Amino acid sequence: MSIDLPAAPHQAASRHADEHQTVGRSVRRRDLVEKVLGTAQYAVDMTMPGMLHAKVVRAERAHARIVDIAADNAMAVPGVVAVVTAEDLDTLFPRFGHIISDHFILATGKVRYFGEPVAIVVAETRAAAADAADLVEVSYEDLPSVISADEALSPGAPLVHETTYAPTADATFKELTDSDDDEQPGLTNIAHEVTIGWGDVDAAFADAHLVVESALRYPMLYAYAMEPYNAVASYGDDGLTVITTAQHPFMVRDDLARIFNLPLSRVRVTVPYIGGGYGSKSYTKVEPLASVASWVVGRPVKLTLSVEEAIYTTRVDDAVINVRSAFDADGRILARDFDITMNSGAYADNSPLVLAKCVNRCFGPYRVPNLRVRGRSVYTNTSPASSYRGFGAPQGNLAGETNLDQAADKLGISRADIRRKNLVRFGEEILPGNRGIDADLITDLDMVVESLESGRSDAAHYGIGFGVTASDAGAYPISTAQVRVETDGSVIVLSGSTEMGQGSRSLLAQIAAEEFGIGMDRISVVQSDTAGSAYERTTGASRTTTLAGLSVQRACDDARQKLRAMAAELWNCPQDEVGDVPGAVRGPHDQRLDFGTIVRKWFGGSAGEVTGIGLVRREGATKEMPPFWETGLVGVAVEVDPDTGYVTLDQLVTCADVGFAINPQAVEAQDLGAATQGLGAALFEELVYDGPQLANANVVDYRVPRAGDVARRIDLMLAERRDGVGPYGAKGAGEGQLNPVGGAVASAIAQAVGRWPTRLPLTPERVWRLLNNLPESD
Amino acid sequence: MSATELGIVEISLTVNGIPVQRAVEPRTLLVDFLREDLNLTGTKVSCELQVCGVCTVLVDDRPVSACTFLAVDADGSAVRTVEGLAEDGAPNPLQEAFITHHALQCGFCTPGFLMMSTALLESRDDIDRDDIVEHLDGNICRCTGYEPIIDAVAEVAAARPPCLGRTNGNTNGSATGDSKANAIGSSIRNSTGNGDRS
Repeated sequence: MSIDLPAAPHQAASRHADEHQTVGRSVRRRDLVEKVLGTAQYAVDMTMPGMLHAKVVRAERAHARIVDIAADNAMAVPGVVAVVTAEDLDTLFPRFGHIISDHFILATGKVRYFGEPVAIVVAETRAAAADAADLVEVSYEDLPSVISADEALSPGAPLVHETTYAPTADATFKELTDSDDDEQPGLTNIAHEVTIGWGDVDAAFADAHLVVESALRYPMLYAYAMEPYNAVASYGDDGLTVITTAQHPFMVRDDLARIFNLPLSRVRVTVPYIGGGYGSKSYTKVEPLASVASWVVGRPVKLTLSVEEAIYTTRVDDAVINVRSAFDADGRILARDFDITMNSGAYADNSPLVLAKCVNRCFGPYRVPNLRVRGRSVYTNTSPASSYRGFGAPQGNLAGETNLDQAADKLGISRADIRRKNLVRFGEEILPGNRGIDADLITDLDMVVESLESGRSDAAHYGIGFGVTASDAGAYPISTAQVRVETDGSVIVLSGSTEMGQGSRSLLAQIAAEEFGIGMDRISVVQSDTAGSAYERTTGASRTTTLAGLSVQRACDDARQKLRAMAAELWNCPQDEVGDVPGAVRGPHDQRLDFGTIVRKWFGGSAGEVTGIGLVRREGATKEMPPFWETGLVGVAVEVDPDTGYVTLDQLVTCADVGFAINPQAVEAQDLGAATQGLGAALFEELVYDGPQLANANVVDYRVPRAGDVARRIDLMLAERRDGVGPYGAKGAGEGQLNPVGGAVASAIAQAVGRWPTRLPLTPERVWRLLNNLPESD
Repeated sequence: MSATELGIVEISLTVNGIPVQRAVEPRTLLVDFLREDLNLTGTKVSCELQVCGVCTVLVDDRPVSACTFLAVDADGSAVRTVEGLAEDGAPNPLQEAFITHHALQCGFCTPGFLMMSTALLESRDDIDRDDIVEHLDGNICRCTGYEPIIDAVAEVAAARPPCLGRTNGNTNGSATGDSKANAIGSSIRNSTGNGDRS
């Protein structure tokens, strides 16, 4: 296979752009225009007539029985309409959770974490609701709590949940994981356990030339999507309408319908522009709170969280990963053995799936003849954890990749060579029975290493690190789309995929423009309205380009087929005498009819519309799981200040193996954004529990990357070999370049200071301690 | 103490060149005044602690965090928001540079970055990359990784003829002011009788 040339930064076009009219070009995103003008409407800007405002009263204990909730003083505040508690919900199904419906809308009987919603104050103004929330008096009887996973797993530990819950019928969850079908969480704090493996691991370790063992801690994180969770809900005779910041409106609809025992058709969830997601807005968050408040008071209710409240709503699973790997004398992997413990907080939410993905991804895209992975997701009395960009991969890959680097050092081979020896080749399986890898990882790795070496500096305390990851991406392949061809030939695309900033609105328009052979200015895209757009299972797992893209492409194909049939009828000719040309249908004697004319003439009366439908399921190109592999290839170079331990990022290099870049500039933008989030976890970010509550539940003390942290040299490369199942050979992007960053930074710093770190983030103090042979601190 | 006991304060200011008079509670934050009283929802809120820069607006050409700035403290001043940047409804050169450099994705932090960058570009000539990085270090973006934002501002700084500071600083009375009236909306255009406060 030929080596693809590294692309120039800010690539204007795909290397395959010449074969297409619209796709493969860095088109101007129309949503960006609205956003710079300040006219874009976000969820937080949405109002409903007669709307009231809600403020949540939150638990001030980590684990305690609720003795009494006194609302009289709060109700006396002018403008307060209601104080809603769990008692008001007894005719509803008062919980949510798409895997385990363990998540109480309002704490019932006891609180399980500091910050848990206990009551909702509903008032005429936000100020009145906030004033009154402080006056709701909750009395508690303390219970012993478990904050760390170690505490939660120790014998005789207090239980976060004293009962098990019937699994929610997310039918596809079982197919996404290799967990035991009959598994039920017993009366322990283990929310979910997953094991996978093959071969004879113990025998392979016994015969090994070298065994390398390490233990890594991945920090507790907050995604910090800058628009905090908010929703406005209206419950009435016609059902429930909610406008919210959700990534997966159709999944939220399922939870809301279950709570109110409503048909799905009478729950409408819509999502306008939202201020970031990064996985943290997947699944249900504040929608039940706003909805039950509206149900109680009979008026629309808006609830907008603060950042602190958002941190206490969803955070990222922190993890401890123990890894052992066995190698032969040539550096080939003989066996790997992982043990993963994730602290998932008080409610399961999506952590069982994050765990399952961490288990699948931790050992990397390597030939591993003998494997054993055991993962546990543990309940604790902390803020609930759920999905985050990378989905278990950042945690697992930190351990897997640094362990490989340590082995290379011990074997006396280069960190690139140990990967070249072990990486799966194109088409080889990573998970038995699954789709083989649809990427050329060795070539991609060579591109990254070559770029890093070309920028190498001879500064003291300098280190280079890189990593390779592959994620079974795309989630479950169920997607639908509709296209509506209007009487003037313009086209409306309906999709249930959410625009979160990643650019799907522009991308889906680009695909439709290509398929119809018309300009993008003739197309509008309507997204994420459970009553007004097409169905989409989720917006996550980097699936939109591949799966929503395919369903839009198929919907266009369906519409063009109908337009050809109509044109043949108008021309009174056999169907095989008509064909597609850009923007029109061609008939006998090279006659042309544009789409608008076909619609108007076929219906008569200059009216009508033609609808095309596109469906994607586990069939054909998307039968094999996963739908595609999302690779991550990132290299960094760091320079450490020996006096302070401060880390300066000298280089950041990424290679996205995307098959075909439909909008190359947007792919690069996602890659730099993902890698930068990874740098946050590697260098700065960590939520810290100090007793029952977080010491830093705010953006002052929880430091994310800033403009001054940008790498001195950035090289964003794209590999386009048209080897994806998506439109034009595309595969998904957007998460991959986060996943290897933690390991790459740890590895680079180890090189710079001469000692291996065991945890992230590598703050200046920790790096200084490493350099001075002191304990890493805790 | 409940809100009604605190009394009400009359304030007069210009917003994007348009005179505004309103009665507000003393505790009303400038960002809530803009978003809720004037329906200027282009300005967003995130950290509420003056560290993320999302809510940045210009008060008498000085960038402030509107989330921690009282509306009553804006009395008598000229406030500018993202809605006032467009030129005849189209993106101005800075906004255009943000689009072409893909300097935004979700766009939630963008109004703050635009206002902060405007303050820098209007403050002086000879702005280099380090100046931009230092000036924007108080604004957080979670989507882009910052480099495209720095590139966008650097392009505008480099392309700009010298001594162009404050072309947008005129608070009212000009043709520019008239075009901004559309951005503000009828609710405040109708709210006050007369004009210039400068």
